[in-house]
This record gives sequence, C-alpha cells and structure tokens, in this order.
Amino acid sequence: MNKETAVIRVRDLVKKFGKFTANDKLCFDVYEGEIFGFLGANGAGKTTALRILCGLSLPTSGEISVAGLDLYSNRERIKKRIGYMSQKFSLYEDLKVYENIRLYAGIYGLSRKEIKQRTDELLETLELEAVRNKRIAELPLGWRQKLAFSVAIIHRPRIVFLDEPTGGVDPITRRQFWDMIYQASRDGITVFVTTHYMDEAEYCDRVCIMEAGRIDAIGTPTELMEEYKAENMDEVFIRIAR
Amino acid sequence: MNKISVDIQNISKSYKDVKALKDISLQINQGELFGLIGPDGAGKTSLIRILTTLLIPDSGIATVEGYDVVKDYKEIRKITGYMAGRFSLYQDLTVEENMNFYATVFGTTIEENYDLVKDIYSHIEPFKKRRAGKLSGGMKQKLALSCALIHRPDILILDEPTTGVDAVSRKEFWEMLMRLKDHSITILVSTPYMDEAELCDRVALIQDGIILSVDTPGNITGNYEGKLLAVRAEDLYQLKKDLAGYEHTLSVYLFGQNLHLTMMEKNSEKDLRSYLKTKGHGELRIDQINPNIEDCFLDLMAGKERNP
Amino acid sequence: MKRFRGFVIKEFNHILRDFRTLLILFGLPAIQLLIFGYVVSNELKDIHIAIFDQSRDRITRDIANKIISSEYFIFDGYLDNTHEIDEKFREGKIKQVIIFEPGFGENLMREKSADIQLIADASDANTANLVVSYTSAIIQDYMMDLRKNAGAKMQIIPEIRMMYNENMAGAYMFVPGVMALILMIVSALMTSITITREKETGTMETLLVSPLKPIQIVIGKVTPYIILSFFNAVTIVAMGYFVFGLPVQGSLSLLLLECLLFISVALSLGIFISTIVETQQMAMFFSMMILMLPTILLSGFIFPVENMPEVLQWVSHIVPAKYFIIIVKSIMLKGTGMAFVWKETLVLVFMMLFFIGNSVRRFKIRLE
Repeated sequence: MNKETAVIRVRDLVKKFGKFTANDKLCFDVYEGEIFGFLGANGAGKTTALRILCGLSLPTSGEISVAGLDLYSNRERIKKRIGYMSQKFSLYEDLKVYENIRLYAGIYGLSRKEIKQRTDELLETLELEAVRNKRIAELPLGWRQKLAFSVAIIHRPRIVFLDEPTGGVDPITRRQFWDMIYQASRDGITVFVTTHYMDEAEYCDRVCIMEAGRIDAIGTPTELMEEYKAENMDEVFIRIAR
Repeated sequence: MNKISVDIQNISKSYKDVKALKDISLQINQGELFGLIGPDGAGKTSLIRILTTLLIPDSGIATVEGYDVVKDYKEIRKITGYMAGRFSLYQDLTVEENMNFYATVFGTTIEENYDLVKDIYSHIEPFKKRRAGKLSGGMKQKLALSCALIHRPDILILDEPTTGVDAVSRKEFWEMLMRLKDHSITILVSTPYMDEAELCDRVALIQDGIILSVDTPGNITGNYEGKLLAVRAEDLYQLKKDLAGYEHTLSVYLFGQNLHLTMMEKNSEKDLRSYLKTKGHGELRIDQINPNIEDCFLDLMAGKERNP
Repeated sequence: MKRFRGFVIKEFNHILRDFRTLLILFGLPAIQLLIFGYVVSNELKDIHIAIFDQSRDRITRDIANKIISSEYFIFDGYLDNTHEIDEKFREGKIKQVIIFEPGFGENLMREKSADIQLIADASDANTANLVVSYTSAIIQDYMMDLRKNAGAKMQIIPEIRMMYNENMAGAYMFVPGVMALILMIVSALMTSITITREKETGTMETLLVSPLKPIQIVIGKVTPYIILSFFNAVTIVAMGYFVFGLPVQGSLSLLLLECLLFISVALSLGIFISTIVETQQMAMFFSMMILMLPTILLSGFIFPVENMPEVLQWVSHIVPAKYFIIIVKSIMLKGTGMAFVWKETLVLVFMMLFFIGNSVRRFKIRLE
C-alpha cells in the first residue's frame, strides 16, 4: 500500500434524490493498492456513493477524482481504468463462460491475442476449464461470483469496485472470494468493496462506516476496535450507532 | 416433555432440474426458537414455503401443529404468523394502516392483541402516520414482525428477517424474538448469518438442500472434533498461503484478522511455530480457541465435500 | 364483512395514493372531454350552401328565401346543372346543396306532394347531420304555414343524401367506442396490474398465508374498480348529455345496467390475465395486446366490422367491446330496448362467466 498516492479522492460529496440526501458531505481518500471497505446497512448510502465513483451517476456537488482523473470531465476515460462488479451479478446467464469472458474483454478493447491468453489464464486459475462451454445459468452461485470478479479485472484496471460481492454466499466460497480479492490487491489493483458482513470488514486494510448517508468512522479495523474498545467490527458498529 | 410443533419427514423438492431440498427430516418443538442457518440457495426459503403451505413438496410429509401442510393448509394458515423474505408490507400505506389491514385480514383488531405486540410495536408507534415505504430497514422489520404477530399465532415463521438490516436493529430484533418466547410461541427463523445461530435454542445447518446438523448451538460447537488454532501474523495473506502449503494442515480459513487452522492429529504447535518462523513471519501468535458455529459449518461442509 | 370492508378501504388507499392510477382513472375521461369538445358541437353558424332549383317558381323561391334568411347559412348562389354539384362539393367550400325537382310548385299544388333533395358533405358527419336536420326543420316550418293558408293536406318529402361518408361514422358513433375503451382500460388493465403488483412486492405471499379465501382476495381487490368504473361510465353518459347534448334515446337504466355488465366482463378478464402472468409489466403488455388493440381496431369502433377481411371478422366475434358497442349504439342512438339487444347481452354474460370460471379455477392458492 502506498499512502502517498490517492487513487480516489472525495471531498464533500453530496448526492440528493429530490428531498432525500443519500450522501451527505462525504470526504475520504483511497490509497493505491489497498482494500478499502465501505460498510453499512441497506439504505445507508453505500451503493449510491459507489455508483458515483464508477461514473454511473452524477453527484449533486463535491470534488471527486478517480484514478487520477477529475470525475466531471473524464467520466468516459475513468471507465476504462476501473472494473465494476455489482451485487446483481453482471454476467449474461444465457451466454457460455468463455463467451462472457470474450465479451467483456472485447468491451475493454483487448486484442484478440490478449483475449485468448487471458481467458486461458483465468480459466486455469479458477479451475474452470471443464465448464468453459457451459452456460452461466448452469453454474453454482459461488462459481459465478468468482468468475464475475475475474471478468471485472480482466483488463487489469487500476481500481475495481465491488458492490456487496459476497451477499448470501456460503462461508467457504466467501473465503475463496476474499483470497481472490487479496491476490488482486497484491497485483496492484486497488479494491473498493461494500459489504454488510462485519467480519469481512476485518479483512480490509481500511474501512469506512456509513450510516444514514454520512460517514461515522474511518480507519484501519485495528484502529477502530481500539478507539471504540471493541473486540470485533460488529461491536464497533453497535457502539457507533448507539 | 417436548411436544412437537413442526414435524418434517423426508421432504424433497425440485425446480426443473435443480434439487432444492433432498430428503430432509427435522422436528421443531413447541415454544422453541429454532434457527435455519445456511447461505443463499441452500433451500431455506423452499423449506419455509412448504411449511407455510405456499409450496407442495415433491415427496415426504410435513405437519405443523399436527396439520398436514398439503391437506390441512387452511388450518395452518389460521395459526401461522409469516414474515416473508422481503417484509411484504404495503409501502404506500402508513404503519397504522398496515397493522389495521393485517388485523382485519385475520379477523381481529390491534387492541385485542396489543399486549403481545406492544413490546415491538411501541418502537414504531410514534411513526404510525408515516408510510411504510419511508421507514428505515430496522423499522420496516419491526412493523413486519408486528403484522405477523397481530393475530396471536401459535407458530411464527420468519424468512431471513435480518438480511440487509443494520447491526443494531439486528440485535434488537433478536432480543424481541427471545422475549416472544415468554408467550409460548414456536418461532422458526431462517438466516444466512452464522453468528445469529448462537441466539437460537436449536439450529439446523443447511447447505445444498441437505441438513448438515441439527442440535443446540452449544452441542454443535461442542461436538467439533479436533483442535482449532487461531493464528495471526503481520502478513495475513502470506501466512494463509504458507499454512495452505503446510503438509500437516487440514483446513485453514480466514476469520477476521485471524486464521482458523486445523491440523492432522499428530502435529504439535511447536512444529507449526518453527515452520512459520522459517517462512519469516513476524508478530506471530498462535492460540487454541473454541470453535464457533461458522467453524462447524465450514467443517461440516468440507466433510461433505470429502465424503459426499 | 369486516374483513371485506378493511380490504376495500386498503384498496382505495392504494388508488388514491398512486398518482399514475389516478391519472388513468380520472385523466382519461378528461381527455375524452377534449375529444368530444373538438368533434362534437351543436352550434351551427355560417354554413355555406348552394341551391339547384330546377323549377324556379314562387314556392321554391319562398322556401329558398326562408332557408337563406335563417341565421345558420350563407348562400353561395344558384347552380345550373348537376355537374356543378359535384364540383362545388369537391372545392370543399359548401356543406349542403338543396335540389328542387322540376315543376316543384305545380306538383305540390296539384298532387299535394313534391320532392326536395338535401345533399350534405358528411366528411364531418356531425355537422352534416345538424345541417340536414336544421334545413328539414325550416322546410317543415314553411309547410305548416302553407297548410294553414291553403287548408289542404300537402307534403314535401325531403330526400337526404350524405356525400363522402355514407354510413355516418362520426362523433355519435365515437361515443360508444370511447366508452368501451375507457371501461376496458380502467377495469381490465387496472385489475390485472393491481393483482400482479401484490405478487411482485411479495404481499400476495402473506395474504395467501392467511385465512382469506382466494375469492375474498379477488372480490376485495376489484370492488373499488367496479365502483370507480361505474362512476366513469355515468360521467361519460352525463357529460355527453349535459355538455354536448348527446341524447340517450332509450332507457337510461338499461344503458347503465349494460355498462355494469361490460365492466364485469372487463374485470373478470383482468383477473384472468393476472392468473396467467406474474409481473406488472407482463400484465400491462397482455392488456395492451389482447384488450386494447382489439378494442380499438376490431370492435367496429373505428373501422366498420363489415368492411374487414373475413378472418378479422371472425376474430371480432370474440372481442367483448364489439357487442358492447352494438348495445350502446342501439340504446343511445336508436332508442331500442332489451328486445333488440338481448343476444349481445347474452354473449357478454357468457363471456363474463367464462372468465370468472377460469380465473377461479386457475387462481393459485399456493406459489406454484
């Protein structure tokens, strides 16, 4: 982790939907190569903020840069430098495994040779060579989730955004998924992940706890546990809320 | 002593070519707070829908309070309080209107059973003129529970009531369920959160349509075979890689900032320590710990995968 | 009964709080008001006419003067031959030509009877109707005077011809069609949507796991729509009568009863659709495809059924709106009673029973 370089810089981010304020003056930095966790219950404003950072929606106000580019003037260029995986799972169920990989690799402008090479690599790492020609709909949930993540980083982005990637997944797959996140982080990809599993918060380098559109706390899990005299992140969360 | 409230015998259920439930048998006692614990797609919702008479099993028999879920569905519908996965509230009706509606559906009034729901409803009563769609997740959850209880059911069936709700509301919700036990209502609750298992009287761990284990949380963790070690070091990721490569390792899983490790019987902690030293790990800590439900779940899952 | 009341109150709350539902329920009649206002007008002013007088006697001149001097018409001159009639109409300026037969006055005096022909441009059917009836009235008026003076029984027989639109598809014909369409949309579309919405939001699941019977759920859900649809039907009839002077020639109570029957058919169709589809979107699609389009295109609302290809004529037999339009036309415009519409009424009753029967059979007491 390189504390010098902030790959995401957010200052006073505000997002309103009519009268409702979904994000209220958020300020934070995400450093190069770190795993940054965005925590909070449903409706706390996590997904709204993540979508803004991905360029999927525009903020009401605030100063934001992603991957070294100003969000307002470079939304399209930013999209090339980031990867995104949503909780509602982004692969096409009626396409085959390799067709999905080829599709996304093609969208990010990889050459034919690169596509072939990375597809093989990816299937080998995931041990999915056997199901190369199967439709996504035929795969178990856990496999799909892992495949979706690999596809989201196939173009080697600087940052990957993961929106509740492990919701409802069984405990073994969840851990395998986190192994993949660690590996990506080792490879220099910054990981921005939202979750409402508090134990997963402890896997992150730094976390940010959101509630009702505001950031309540931000820091490394160890720092937060010391500050709130808690044994785990769940307790931290409860102490903050009360 | 224990009278059986829910009796499930050899239930199977398939959707096209997906087997959601594979020959499941299970008994729930009257007045018990019973947890059905498992990830998405494990078969929790299918089982719950069979018990609430919304689905018909392909084979097997299930009864609720002695009534057959297929034949006597009308009787079951009278005595069951059901809170579906998405809370099923009318978003455009106010808190009070939702309550009144569900009360009239069951031919009762809020006043008649106020003592039962008071503990829960009092939290949201100040907002009774607010529309359900404008409530926070925690308040929606309380309203849905109040609606499910309004007719004083014999058995309360809750499908993932705490999913996506903030940690504080989750905690409050479980406290409410515990207090409901005083009214001798049988409660069946499903959840994907392993840590909630410890709050139940008994739990069933379910995965891939199969029940891995049914017992009290204490017995499940107590029956955990082998020694569990919590290992931590400065570089957790490298530590995990090294432990996975260690010849005596049986399993190693990430738990917060620790790794939970089980090893083949013979090996001692001392050997482990020296192995990790050679790998150059600093700030090494190894403690023997008691397993929690998630450790057991992982162990049972891995066991199933080894000998299916 | 208390359950039923609670259910209906809840349903009314849904309707009153959803802007889109309200818009469809009450916006549609308002739009209809505009359509009526545009095409229907009972005021006649400055209508250009021409006269082809083949007799040119005292009586024809008197009649012509009486017509021309009325405030309704502008006289564009006498025509000299039949070719000019066509020409003038094609120019589009004049709306009516009055033709006196040769020897009109003589015939009237001697044979006590004479022919006069009124040709109107019926591309605007409503105006043509009014023009012809005003002109006839003036002629009748003249006859009364003449009879009083002469003390003899004489009659002038006006022969009416409509140019360009022989079967008079116009505003009067429009009313039953619009009525059928609105009742269909409000009743069928709204019921199918309201039931599928409960399926989508998951509230249906909770209702099923309650002692409510399916029939109670369905009746509870459709009752408000029966009331609102009936209110709409009454509004349409009243608006036609009071604002635009469209009369109801036959029995008003029979007309309203028939409306109620048609509403029931539409509602049962809506329920039937909701037993087939799972989502609001599908309900909307189905309603559009199998209800609205046929109601507009195959019911005789816009295109006369007799002019359709045979296949479509066959299809039109299963479009409920076709029968309703026939019934409404008969009662409103022709003033006929049950004796003339019993067949169509019976067809609608059978349709309703068919859909209700099938809905009850198909309504799921479970989720699969």
